Amino acid sequence: MSLLEVSDLRVSFRTADGEVQAVRGVSFDLEPGRTLGIVGESGSGKSVCTQTLLGLTTGAKVTGSARFEGEDLLTMTEDELCSVRGARIAAIFQDPLSSLHPLYRVGWQIVEMIQAHEPVSRAVARRRAIDLLGSVGIPHPAQRIDDYPHQFSGGMRQRALIAMALALEPKLVIADEPTTALDATVQAQILDLLLRLQQEHGMALIMITHDLGVIAGLADEVMVMYAGRAAERADRRGLYYRAHHPYTNGLLESIPASSGAGARLRPIPGQPPSLIRLPSGCAFHPRCAFAMDRCRTEQPELAVVEESPRHTSACWLPPDLLGTNEQVKEDRRAASAAGRGGVVEEGAA
Amino acid sequence: MSVNVNESTNRPTNDASEMLVEIRDAVKYFPIKQGVVVKREIGRVHAVEGVSLSVRRGETLGLVGETGCGKSTLARCVTRLHSLTSGQILFEGQDITDLSRSRVRPYRRRMQMIFQDPYGSLNPRRRVGSIIGDPFAIHGEGDRDERKPKVQELMELVGLNPEHYNRFPAEFSGGQRQRIGVARALALKPSLIVADEPVSALDVSIQAQIINLLDDLQQEFGLTYLFISHDLSVVRHVSDRIAVMYLGQVVELADSEELHNRPRHPYTNALLSAASVADPDQAAARQRIVLTGDVPSPVAPPTGCRFHPRCPKAQAICVQEQPPLVARAGDPDTHLTACHFPVEPGEDLTRVTATIPEEERAE
Amino acid sequence: MSADETVAASLTETATGSTAAPAVIPAGAIEGRSPWQLAWFILRKDRAAMISLGFIVFIALVAITAPLLAHWIGYGPTDQDRTNGITVDGLPVAPNSQHLFGTDNLGRDILVRTIYGTQVSLLVGVASTLLAVAMGVLVGLAAGYFGSVVDSVLSRAMDVVLSFPFLLFAIALVSIYGSGLGISVFVIAFFTWAAVGRIVRGQTLSIREKDYIEAARSLGAGDMRIMFVDVLPNVLAPVIVYTTLLIPIAIVFESTLSFLGLGVVPPTPTWGNMLSDSLDFYQVAWWFPLFPGLALLLTTLAFNLLGDGVRDALDPRAGRLSQD
Repeated sequence: MSLLEVSDLRVSFRTADGEVQAVRGVSFDLEPGRTLGIVGESGSGKSVCTQTLLGLTTGAKVTGSARFEGEDLLTMTEDELCSVRGARIAAIFQDPLSSLHPLYRVGWQIVEMIQAHEPVSRAVARRRAIDLLGSVGIPHPAQRIDDYPHQFSGGMRQRALIAMALALEPKLVIADEPTTALDATVQAQILDLLLRLQQEHGMALIMITHDLGVIAGLADEVMVMYAGRAAERADRRGLYYRAHHPYTNGLLESIPASSGAGARLRPIPGQPPSLIRLPSGCAFHPRCAFAMDRCRTEQPELAVVEESPRHTSACWLPPDLLGTNEQVKEDRRAASAAGRGGVVEEGAA
Repeated sequence: MSVNVNESTNRPTNDASEMLVEIRDAVKYFPIKQGVVVKREIGRVHAVEGVSLSVRRGETLGLVGETGCGKSTLARCVTRLHSLTSGQILFEGQDITDLSRSRVRPYRRRMQMIFQDPYGSLNPRRRVGSIIGDPFAIHGEGDRDERKPKVQELMELVGLNPEHYNRFPAEFSGGQRQRIGVARALALKPSLIVADEPVSALDVSIQAQIINLLDDLQQEFGLTYLFISHDLSVVRHVSDRIAVMYLGQVVELADSEELHNRPRHPYTNALLSAASVADPDQAAARQRIVLTGDVPSPVAPPTGCRFHPRCPKAQAICVQEQPPLVARAGDPDTHLTACHFPVEPGEDLTRVTATIPEEERAE
Repeated sequence: MSADETVAASLTETATGSTAAPAVIPAGAIEGRSPWQLAWFILRKDRAAMISLGFIVFIALVAITAPLLAHWIGYGPTDQDRTNGITVDGLPVAPNSQHLFGTDNLGRDILVRTIYGTQVSLLVGVASTLLAVAMGVLVGLAAGYFGSVVDSVLSRAMDVVLSFPFLLFAIALVSIYGSGLGISVFVIAFFTWAAVGRIVRGQTLSIREKDYIEAARSLGAGDMRIMFVDVLPNVLAPVIVYTTLLIPIAIVFESTLSFLGLGVVPPTPTWGNMLSDSLDFYQVAWWFPLFPGLALLLTTLAFNLLGDGVRDALDPRAGRLSQD
C-alpha cells in the first residue's frame, strides 16, 4: 500500500473577482521512504496542493481524496487532523521565522510539541529536543535550546524547524521551499542535512520548490505542475534528461547555467495564466511554441511516454519526442505543423 | 609568496575616461542606537569596509555575495541613496561623494536603479503611466500630454502593452511589474543602471525573460550595469567581470569566465560548489564544500581575514592579518584575490582542514 | 538510484471531461480599476453602509433646504406659536396636525428646530473633522517622514493634546473667547487632530521604508513630492475610514458643548441645546427630547455604519475570500 495516495484533488477559492481554481485534478502516490519533488512556478498550485493535505486551506472548496496510510485526510475532523499533523506528517515551511513563535524559547516549542503527542515527562522531552537540535547540526544544543528564535540565524532557524519536524519520527515530511529564503552556502547545508536525515529515519519526503536545481540531487521522482495540474511526472533522470512536456523543457532552458555565459537564454514567452480565467484546452498552449489546434480545445491528460521507469506527460505531442536537443526540437516543430489543422476530427472524438 | 601589487582602481591600462564609476576605499557604517529619549550609539554595523572597485563604460560588473555582505549597501552608496562614512565615489570622473542633494540631482538622471521586489518598488496607488513618467515629472520634462507618448514608447520597448498605460501595478504579474521598473529606469536614458537583485523575486521562466531584456537594452543603448545578485549562475550569465563580496569586503574580482574556471578565494569556491545545478548526474558527482556555521555578525566582524572562522584553509596568519586584494602568483593582473592561501587549480577543498591554533580561533 | 528502477509512485490524472474547457476570455479582460474603484465595488455590496449613506445624503439635503422646509411647514426656527404651540399652563404641546413633532416650552415647532439643528450639527461635524484631518495629516506626514527631531517634537505635541481633559479645556476656552459656532469647530478640531496625526504618522513610518519611496528618491524626487505624491495616497485609506468615524464623534462633541451651554448661542437651535432645554420637561413632554435625540442617534449611527463599511472595503486584510 502506498503511504500517500492522492486522487483527483481539486481546490478552489472564491474571491471577489471570481473562482480561483488553484488545483485542478491532481493525482499522485508516494511509497514509504521515497522523495517526490514537486516543481512549479508561482500559481502552479504546488503549495496549495500540500497545504490542503494538512488541512491548512480554510475557506477553500476541496474535492477528491488523499489517503494517508489508508485514511482520507480530506474527510478528517480537525481533531483527527491534529493528531496526524506533526506526529505522522510533518511540515517545514519556507520562512522559519514565521513558523516559530517569536515569544517562546526554541526548546520549549519542541518540548511542547513532543508532549502534545506523546505521554513523556518534561525532562525526557527536553533531552530528546537537545539530541534533535544536535542532530540537525546546531552547535552547543544544550545551551542554544533556551534561545529565542530571533537569536538564531536564518539557517539555524531552518535547522530548528527541521528538528521539530523530526521530533515525532513522522512517516512523511512535507518541505515547502525549505531553502528559498536562505543563502546558497546555507542552502547547501540544509539540503545535505535533509538528505542525510531522510536516509537515517527512512521517512518519505515531499519537496516543493520552484527551482529545478534544488531537487536535482535529492528527488527520486519529480512532478512538474503548471496552472493547477500536473504537466509531467518522471523519475529524476527521465525528467532532467528526457523531458517531454514543452513546459518542463522551457523551465530547464531558462536556467542561466544551462546555456553557458553570454549565450542567450531561451525563456518561456508570455506570463502564467490567471487561475480565474484559464485558457481553453491545455493551459500552457498560449506560451507553447509547439501548440497545435488540438491543444487549444482539448485538455491533455497525463499519458505514458516511457514505460520503464514510468514517465508520464500531459501533452499532445507524440510520446517519442523526449529531451532538449535540437533534433528533438525539429521533430516537435514538424509534429506540431503536421498536427495543425489535421486533428480537428480526432479532437472531436 | 610573490605578490603583484596592482590595485584595480589604478591599473595603467585604464585611463579615466574608460571608467564610468570609481569607488575608492568606500566605508559605510550604520550606527546602532538605543535609548528612549536620548539615543546613544551602542555599536556599528560594518556594512561596507574598504571597497575599491571601478565600473568600465559599457560593461556589466556583477556584485555577488550572500545576505549581509554589503552588496546592496554599496550599490546604494554609488547611487547616493546612502552617503559614505568615508571614501570616495567618482562618477564620470567627478567626485559625487559629498555633493548636496540639489547638486547630486543632475547625476541622478544618469544613474538609475532597478529594485529587487517588483511588488514593493511600484507605488500601488498610482497608475503605471504615471509611475513610468515619474522621472520626466521629477526632472521637469514636458507636461502630462507630452509625457504620454514617451511613456508608451518606453512601455513598448520593454515589452509591455502601451494600452495598459492607465492600469495599476496590482493588475500586472511579477515579470510585467519588473518590466515597469526597467522602463522607469530607462526613461532618462541613463548611462549607469544599478540593478539590485532584479530577477531574484521572479519565477525561473520569467527571470530569463528579464535577463534577456536587460541584455537587449544594454546592446541598444550602450548601458553600463552594476548587477547585484546572490545567485552566481545569474551573475555569471550577465556579467563581464564579477566581484565577490563577503562581510563588507571584496574578496575576489575577476573576469566572469576566469572567476568560474579558476576561482582562487576559498569562499568563491564554496559559493560555486553550493550553486544548485539542474542536472542529477552532476549534482550527484559534485563534491560540495560545505562551510561550517553562518556568516558572522557585521557588528563585530572577525579579525584578520573576515572569512577565517568558516574557511577550510585558515591558518594562524589569517586570524591576525587582513590579506590585501591583489593579483596572486600565476593569475592575470585582472584577477584579484584577497587571500593568504589562494586555492590552487585542482586543489580539493573538501579534504583540507583549517589549522588555526585553538586559542587563536575567534568565536 | 538507477534509471531503470521501477517508479514507485504513479500519477494518474483524471479530469472530469477534458471537453469542458472554461470559456475563452482574453487575458486583458480586466480593465484598469483603481484601488478606490475596487473599494467602491465592495462598499456597494454592503447594504448597511449603503442605507447609511442614503440617510446621510438625506439629512444633508434636509440641512441645505432647511429654510425652504421651514417656510413650507409655516414656522421659523425661533417663531413662538403662542396660540397653538403652548398650553394654558405654559407647557409644550404634544405632536398634532399643526406641529407634527410637537412644540417646546416656548411654543417653538420641534420639527423645524430639529431640521435647523441638522445644519449646525453637520456643519460643525464636517468642518471640524476636515480641519482636524488636515492638521493631523500634515503633522503626521511630517513626523513620520522626517523622523528624528521633527518626529520627537511633533509626537510629544500630539501626546500633550491627547492627554488634555476635553471638557475642562473647552469650558476654559469658551469662558475666555465666548461661545459660538467658530469656537466650537476650533475646540473640537483641536481635540481630534492628534488622533489622526498618530494614525498618519504610524502609516507613514511603514510606507517610508517601502522600495517605491527609495525608487522615488533615487530618481531625484524632493521631500515634498515624495510626501504628497508617493506617501499620501497610501495613507489615505485609514484616514478616510477615520474621517467617517470622526464626524459622528464631532457631532456628539458639538451636542455636548451645546448641551452644556458652551456651544452655539441660543436661540439658534441645535440638537444639543434642544436636549438641554428639554431637561425640565421630559416628564410631561416625551416628544421634546425624543426628536432631537433620535436625530442625533440616527445620524451618528449612520456615520458609524458607513465608517465600518468603508473600513471593510479599504482594508485588504478584510477577507477577499468569501467563505460559504
